[in-house]
Amino acid sequence: MTVFNSSRRKLLERALAFGALSLLPGCDFDNVHHPDLADDFLRLMSGWNNEVQAALFNPRTLAPTFKPSQITRPPRFNAFYDISQAPHVDVATWRLELSGQIGAKRPWRIDRLRALPQESQITRFICVEGWRVIGQWSGVPLRHFLRAVDADTRAHYVAFRCADGYFTSIDMESALHPQTILALDFLGAPLTAPFGAPVRLRIPTKLGFKNPKSIIAMEVTNKWTGGYWANQGYNWFSGS
Amino acid sequence: MNGTQVAATLPAGRHRDIPASKVIHPWPLRVMHWLNAVAIIMLIGSGWQIYNASPFLPFTFPEWATIGEWLGGAIAWHLAAIWLLMLNGLTYLIWGFVRGHFRKKLWPVTPRAVLHDAWAALRFRLPHEVGVYNAVQRLLYLGVIALGILAVLSGLAVWKPVQLWPLSDLLGGFFMSRIVHFIAMTGIALFLAVHLLLVALVPHVLPPMIIGGHLEDLETH
Repeated sequence: MTVFNSSRRKLLERALAFGALSLLPGCDFDNVHHPDLADDFLRLMSGWNNEVQAALFNPRTLAPTFKPSQITRPPRFNAFYDISQAPHVDVATWRLELSGQIGAKRPWRIDRLRALPQESQITRFICVEGWRVIGQWSGVPLRHFLRAVDADTRAHYVAFRCADGYFTSIDMESALHPQTILALDFLGAPLTAPFGAPVRLRIPTKLGFKNPKSIIAMEVTNKWTGGYWANQGYNWFSGS
Repeated sequence: MNGTQVAATLPAGRHRDIPASKVIHPWPLRVMHWLNAVAIIMLIGSGWQIYNASPFLPFTFPEWATIGEWLGGAIAWHLAAIWLLMLNGLTYLIWGFVRGHFRKKLWPVTPRAVLHDAWAALRFRLPHEVGVYNAVQRLLYLGVIALGILAVLSGLAVWKPVQLWPLSDLLGGFFMSRIVHFIAMTGIALFLAVHLLLVALVPHVLPPMIIGGHLEDLETH
């Protein structure tokens, strides 16, 4: 699978038009098993940009917080589908499945998550598209949850799967950041379906698409699992 | 600017201190100029595509003028080309200071000289002197260098408003950083338009930027 397949041909055509890659040999555009040079180049640079962002990431730097009066109302829905398509998860039967380098893998019910100490934040959500909104989320700090399930925090990644088929993964350093929470409430009430019920990740040190909604499974792993958008060409780390 | 007035018609002694055999544009400058041209085109084209994903003015850029085809492709090109711009730009600044390029070619710029040369240019009375930049050119070149630095700083603030929060705060926050970034781009694009227009009007300035060129070659024309 090539990462930039949706736009490969035009990417290279444009690059050729500008002469940037005109001296490089041609390649098989139509065979996805042979990603072209523009793809390879962009993937290489995106990997390098992941490294730079990891180096730039300071676990003690906090995302700015805001006053209640600054909260964006009404809240803005965003997903890769229409709001009417948002998955409705039955909280009664919902379980958070755990896998990978986790000591206590027993699935979690919502009431057990609510029994853990909760933290609240009013932070800014910045979309990769450039817009931003301010919201209030509260829930369980992910670092507390990782400790509660005896996760190996020396592992590289924490990966999430969602009820709508979305998936993403984050680096362990960002997972342990104090503002990274498994959010249960939004604007003072339990999350609603369009905003990620029953549990979503709220990570204000990353762009919006790194905040998966309606999480059904979490894995702690050393294996890079990418993400729905990262696999299509967005930068994986996407720190803020 | 009058294309028919070449160096040979200048009053004697106006570039007396420059030996006729001296290369007009030394090779490091030529290499950096064209690398910069590639980086700037990639950054503006992909930047327009990124802007289109969430425009804050009542217009978007035409698709044909953008690079990357979609937001993900555009960001990938933008964050790849920025390394070329930054490394090349940093090399240029170091080279320029060490070799005295800025001191000798772009300095000094006085308001009086700018007004004088601008007025002369508007009346088509400002001769093109090979190897010497007039005050308007100096102001424009220093201005576009400053805009380039502003574009990089505001771009960093948009890229990392949390980790680089002092920079973000300095520019007035995330949204203001986007606006400053847009303004810097607009200034660079306008410079580029004037730059290309002047090359079209005085085309003999183009070959020296490719092959170097010597003052004496131009003077014998």
